[in-house]
Order: sequence, then structure tokens, then C-alpha cells
Amino acid sequence: MAGIEALGTVVDNHLIGPDVYRMELAVPEIAAAAQPGTFVHLQLTGGSSHILRRPFGIAGADTTHGTITVIYRLVGEGTRLMAALPNGSTLSCLGPLGRGFTLTDKPAVLIGGGTGMAPLLFLADRLGGRNTTVIVGGKTASEVFWTDWLSQGRVLATTDDGTAGHKGFAVDILAEAIQAAGAAMVYACGPQIMMEKAAAIAAECGCSCEVSLESYMGCGTGGCLGCVVDGRDGKRYKVCHDGPVFPAEEVFFHA
Amino acid sequence: MLETSLCGVTMKSPVIAASGTFGFGLEYADYVDLNKVGAISVKGLSLQPRRGNDGRRICETPSGMLNCIGLENPGVQVFVQDILPQLQQYDVPVMANISGASVGEYGEMAAILDRDGIDFLEVNISCPNVQNGCLAFGVDCASAAAVTDIVKKNTTKPVIVKLTPNVTDITEVAKAVEAAGADGISLINTLLGMAIDVDTWKPLMGNRFGGLSGPAVKPVAVRMVYQVAQAVSIPVVGMGGIMTGRDAAEFMLAGATAVSVGTATLADPRAIAHITTELEAYGRDKGLQHISDIVGKCQ
Repeated sequence: MAGIEALGTVVDNHLIGPDVYRMELAVPEIAAAAQPGTFVHLQLTGGSSHILRRPFGIAGADTTHGTITVIYRLVGEGTRLMAALPNGSTLSCLGPLGRGFTLTDKPAVLIGGGTGMAPLLFLADRLGGRNTTVIVGGKTASEVFWTDWLSQGRVLATTDDGTAGHKGFAVDILAEAIQAAGAAMVYACGPQIMMEKAAAIAAECGCSCEVSLESYMGCGTGGCLGCVVDGRDGKRYKVCHDGPVFPAEEVFFHA
Repeated sequence: MLETSLCGVTMKSPVIAASGTFGFGLEYADYVDLNKVGAISVKGLSLQPRRGNDGRRICETPSGMLNCIGLENPGVQVFVQDILPQLQQYDVPVMANISGASVGEYGEMAAILDRDGIDFLEVNISCPNVQNGCLAFGVDCASAAAVTDIVKKNTTKPVIVKLTPNVTDITEVAKAVEAAGADGISLINTLLGMAIDVDTWKPLMGNRFGGLSGPAVKPVAVRMVYQVAQAVSIPVVGMGGIMTGRDAAEFMLAGATAVSVGTATLADPRAIAHITTELEAYGRDKGLQHISDIVGKCQ
């Protein structure tokens, strides 16, 4: 499905964690069509100095108020420009783009780290909390603020330094969480190494696993082949069009 | 206002979708009425399928971007069998963009593509992102002429040769391909560039270098189109950073019969439609009978 291009109005844009901002945009057409795992491609300025859009996994869609949420970390000039936008500013939004998560009625575990948590917030919301366990991983207590944004299901946190939740990596408690929930599905989004380990553990536990990949993108619409990754059996996948969510075995085939 | 004849092919507008930025056109059918596009130059084809480059392929730069896709494509046979029939459902001229690793490969591809549904060949002798061939043919007049010659001998279609700006004097290469029988010239392909991550001290691009495109290259492109249009008598297709209808007009004033829109599509999948509309409005505002009236009018 083609993305919808529409002007979004910033209705909220504030710091929610270390260098991490939450932006809510009023853009009803996209909010109505958004599904967990899909992304929105934002254009920063009307001028030509930043010509490429920036892709963000949709962190929430409120169909009542016609808003979508993106959560972003300050990493460069583009995100710094975003952080400076006051309420009422407008951005060209193109979305929802890509293939999202496969929703399940069965027990599921969501595991994420860093801004990889953003699409999982939306997923947790749409799964509705029945039968969902969310594992939030971070280096230290200040990085697991994501738990404050999760109102659904069982929520677990891990930190490398033990300052919050379980001491260790998120994947350390995945097998136990799968067993406790009787989960049939694992959804992962975060650092590549975390997702690869999560996929391996899911496979050992007999669970299906979907992972959401990140890639530098050009068009976001399948035209430029800028974001391509290797797939199983010599395939090439466009992250923007064939993903960003993939069955783990399709993209972590060599793991 | 916009109907354009390019190398004997009638197009509804002079605005062409540039190779590598519009997929095979089908990817954009939900965004743009393909029947209203001047022509579609498809993703660059090679004789055998190519996987393209590993590592990072895209990087934004001031008012532009670098790419090093590396000609990922399914190969000319898959294009002809599986993709071209779908494209033929639309009433839009198709430009088959070809890259070879040898002079012979260009000839082979030209022969395979000498069929219904193909309206032009665009001969890419200017891709900066592949290891052997391609760019090497475009920086040397004799090689450029040899490629043009073999393609002409293997096709009945109009042959447009796409030139690289990565040369000392682009008019020399333009004259060489014209003398070898080219029906038209398109320019510019991307400018070879580089970006370095100053934190990791490594190149940002997976292939170390990449091709620079976007508004950053437009003044270079306009200058080269102007020079080439003066140096040859065959039609010129101008491109390089066109984002608006007025940008398109600038290239036409420099001497381009038609223009291609590339990087703009990456920013906005409907860019080609907007640019076409804007160009038409520009023509009306200037009181033109036909947009071609401005071609080469900057003296």
C-alpha cells in the first residue's frame, strides 16, 4: 500500500529520556492507517538543505484524536532540528510505510532496547495487554524510562548495571519470560546483536519471531534500493518496502 | 504546452523519471499517474543480475546526497520477461538504461532490448559505483565511442548516451559519442564524492565513494548541459538536482530538450508530477505557446 503524504502539525514535542524526544503529530489520515511496525517518513524543512526524509517507526496512533507519535534520539543535525520544533509547526509526513508486525491473539513477548522500543509501544498498545510481556533493556536506570509509557501487559526491565530491574541484558530473561507466558510469538526491535540473540532464543523455545530492522533509507518507497539487506537463500530485501519487520529467519539466516 | 519529441519519440511532457530513482516505475504507480510521465528511465540494467554494494548505500550531504547502490538489478532477461510486460500496461515511453562490464556486453544487451515496449536505450557509461567498466567507458572518448557504436549496431531504437561529469572536458566525450552515432545525450550522472565519519575515522559509504546528486550539483549540471548543447547537434536530456518546475526550465534554457528528475523523487514520491505541473504553469506565465520554445534560449 502506498503511503499517504500529508502535513502533520506538532502537538507535543518534549524530552522523555536522555537525549530522547517524543513528538506527537496531528495527521489524521496517517493515524487512521497506521499499523504497529510501520513507519513514517518525515521531511524536516521546506527548503532544500536537508533533502532526504527521515524514517521513524510509529510509536503510537490515536485514531480518536488523529495523531501519531514518533520517539527519536538526538543523533545529528536532523534530529536536533526536530527537537527545536515548537507546537503548531508543520512537517510533511509520508506514511504509514512498510510492512509491520503480524498481530497475534496468542501470548507474546516483546523485547526491545533503545529507540527500538518505539514501535513496540505501539504494538503493545494494539495487542491490548492480554497475554503480552514486554522486556525493556537499557544500560542503566535512566534508559528504561520506556516502562512509564507502557500501560498494557506485564512489563519487565533489565539494566546492564543493575540500577533498575534485573541486572543483565534483556535477552537474559527472554527464555524465562517466554516460558512464564507460554508465548508463541516474540517481537524484537533494538540493537542488531540483541535481535539476533532474541531470535535464537525464540527459535530454541519453539516461538515464531519477528524483528524490525533499521537501515539508512533514501526514498522509503522501494524505488532507490538504498536500504537493502541480505535475506535467506541469496535474496535481497528492501527494508522500507519488504520490511522493516521481517520473520527473523529471513534476515538472520547466518546467525 | 508540454508535448515533446525526443529523438523521434513523442512524449506527453519533457519530464523524465531518472534511472535509479524511480525503480521500474511500477513502484510509483500508486503515487503518480505513470501515463502522464514524459518517459521512465528504468533502474540500470546489466547483462547478469547484480547484488549491488554491501554496507551503507545512502548518505545525506548538504543540499544533496551520496549513493553507492552499485547497480543492483535482476538482470536484463528478468526485466524483459517479468517486468517489461507490467510496464507495458501504461502509456508511457520506456527508456532502458544499460550498463556493461565490457563493450560486448553493451552490444548484447542492446540486442536483447531491441523489442516492443522499449522506446529508447539510455547507455550508462558513467556509473561511479561499480568496480569494473561503466565509468571507465565514460571518461575516455575512444571507449565511449566504441560503446555507442556497438549499441547502435545492435538496436533499431534511439540511443541516448548518459555522460559522467567526472571528466576534464565533457564536450569532448559528447562530440565523440555524437560522431559514433548517438541519437541523444543525457547528463549529468552523479559527481564522485566521499564523506567521512569523523568519530570513527571511516568512510560513511560502504563503497568508500559515492555519487553526489541533488540541488548541490545543479549549477555544475546546468553549466555542462549548456556546454554540451553548444557542442553537439543531437538532443540533450538535462538532469542534476531538479526539484521544481523552474529548475526544469533552467535546464531547458541551457539547451536541454528534455529533463530528468531523480533525487527529488526520493524526497517526494510525487515530485515528478509536481514538477511537470509547475513547468506547465511556468510556460503559461511566460506566455509560451510551447515549452520547447525556451530550449537553448540562454545565450
